[in-house]
Amino acid sequence: MQNSFYREIINDHNLYPTHKHELGCAGCEHRGINPNCGDDITLKLQMEDGVIKDGAYLGDGCAISQASADIMLDLIIGKRKEEAIRLTDIFLRMIKGEATEDEIEELEEAGALTDVSHMPARVKCAVLAWHTLEQLLHDNAK
Amino acid sequence: MDIKEIRRDFPLFQNYPNVAYLDNAATTQRPERVLLAEKRFYEEANANPLRGLYELSQKATDIYEDAREVVRAFIGARSTEEIVFTRNSTESLNLLAYSYGSLLQEGDEIAISVLEHHSNLIPWQQLAKKKRLKLQWIEIDENGRITEDAFRRALSEKTKLVSMTLISNVLGTRNDVKKFARIAHEVGAVFVCDGAQGVPHVPVDVNDLGVDFLAFSGHKMLGPMGIGVLYGRKELLDRMPPFLYGGEMIEYVGKEEATWAELPHKFEAGTVNGAGAAGLAAAIQYYENIGFEKIVKREEELGELTFRTLSEIPHVTILGAKDAASHHGIFSFMVEGVHPHDIAEILSADDVCVRAGHHCAQVLMKELKVNSTARVSIAFYNTEEEIIRLGESIRSLRRRMGYAE
Repeated sequence: MQNSFYREIINDHNLYPTHKHELGCAGCEHRGINPNCGDDITLKLQMEDGVIKDGAYLGDGCAISQASADIMLDLIIGKRKEEAIRLTDIFLRMIKGEATEDEIEELEEAGALTDVSHMPARVKCAVLAWHTLEQLLHDNAK
Repeated sequence: MDIKEIRRDFPLFQNYPNVAYLDNAATTQRPERVLLAEKRFYEEANANPLRGLYELSQKATDIYEDAREVVRAFIGARSTEEIVFTRNSTESLNLLAYSYGSLLQEGDEIAISVLEHHSNLIPWQQLAKKKRLKLQWIEIDENGRITEDAFRRALSEKTKLVSMTLISNVLGTRNDVKKFARIAHEVGAVFVCDGAQGVPHVPVDVNDLGVDFLAFSGHKMLGPMGIGVLYGRKELLDRMPPFLYGGEMIEYVGKEEATWAELPHKFEAGTVNGAGAAGLAAAIQYYENIGFEKIVKREEELGELTFRTLSEIPHVTILGAKDAASHHGIFSFMVEGVHPHDIAEILSADDVCVRAGHHCAQVLMKELKVNSTARVSIAFYNTEEEIIRLGESIRSLRRRMGYAE
């Protein structure tokens, strides 16, 4: 994360998150943990007719793990569940270095995390929120 | 001690002149003579040690057994029979838990400290589970020290084994192993010492310390990866069953029965790491050529500078003891508002290598009420300039993470 422009986006979301707060919602939360480094987030979504009406997270961890959660919520709030799943897929492929530039464009600020594909030790931090989202939406579909 | 000259002995520093390597508690770098000793083994003496009767195999055996003698002398053991080569400290401790552990009975107690690295914790925890032993925890005080009271509290007449690290890999604190071994013997327990962090940085004499077993790794003391040592008192090793079965650890084998080779070969099943042993011996000789006491003194000076440098930086907290000398070159620290992984990543951008994480000591992390820490660990070959760079990098951390100051 040496490019200072991207570093700024991460810092901004880490220090001044928009979505890091409590949110009332029943049965629509999921906790994600990276046991190795202690990153820990609890993601909450308010769903209505298949649309993500609102979302929030709580937790602690490194800047990348926390900023990634905030940026993700910026992107998916207001979107349909299927669209959120599609974007998550793009994000996870981007981190593996397998997404196209057009696809990365669709991720808006989350594209700032593309550098993580060159930082194997930080991959787990970046994808934690997104895997938690996948799990949450998966459980929600049951 | 001419540090410039010493650094020229290390090929990695030639290849990366700008890298400040400050993760020596994880593994050290290796001087060229260690690498050459390994290479020479394969180029000039390669055959399976302890096997063939031809000259090459004899040469390989000699190098391997000479290395054992170098290790014996280094830690003051009475006989080479007491020196078992393993892969590393982890394997040495697992060997003990498996083999000595088999002699323990349901209801027996073993005591370990909350400072322990996972390699001196999980083998005992799992042994206790399997054999229904009671695992007692030795607690630390607010400075990370084990007091005599705390030690005695964990012991009872049922205690059969105590295992403790000489130096904590997280806090750098040194345990008074000599005193604790004596107390353990008073209740009839054997004393195991994890020397992974201690043996490379402080003089160790097994008889002076009075420990029954000592485990350490070659790679943390300039030696190659994949060679480690278990020292054990002969009377105890004699009573213990083999850890692994296979080639070169037997005396006689029939269809139903087998008898075991004499010490230390009973514990060295399969083809051994001859080149690794040669490399470890070369590493010990490297220490001795410089003079171990000079190395200790140099590391004390660097430790003093590191402690002072970190202490003077706003928002930085050093975990553990409040004086440099108690850290033995290991400094775990926190920077307010900056996660340890972010610390390590930003320092890496400045070519400063420090460790971040739980350091394989999750029980201790819980005691300290942190998830992870950043850790600087020095070795004699580090320079003052590297420590100053470390300080400058840490000073810039909060600004680079978006804080105003």
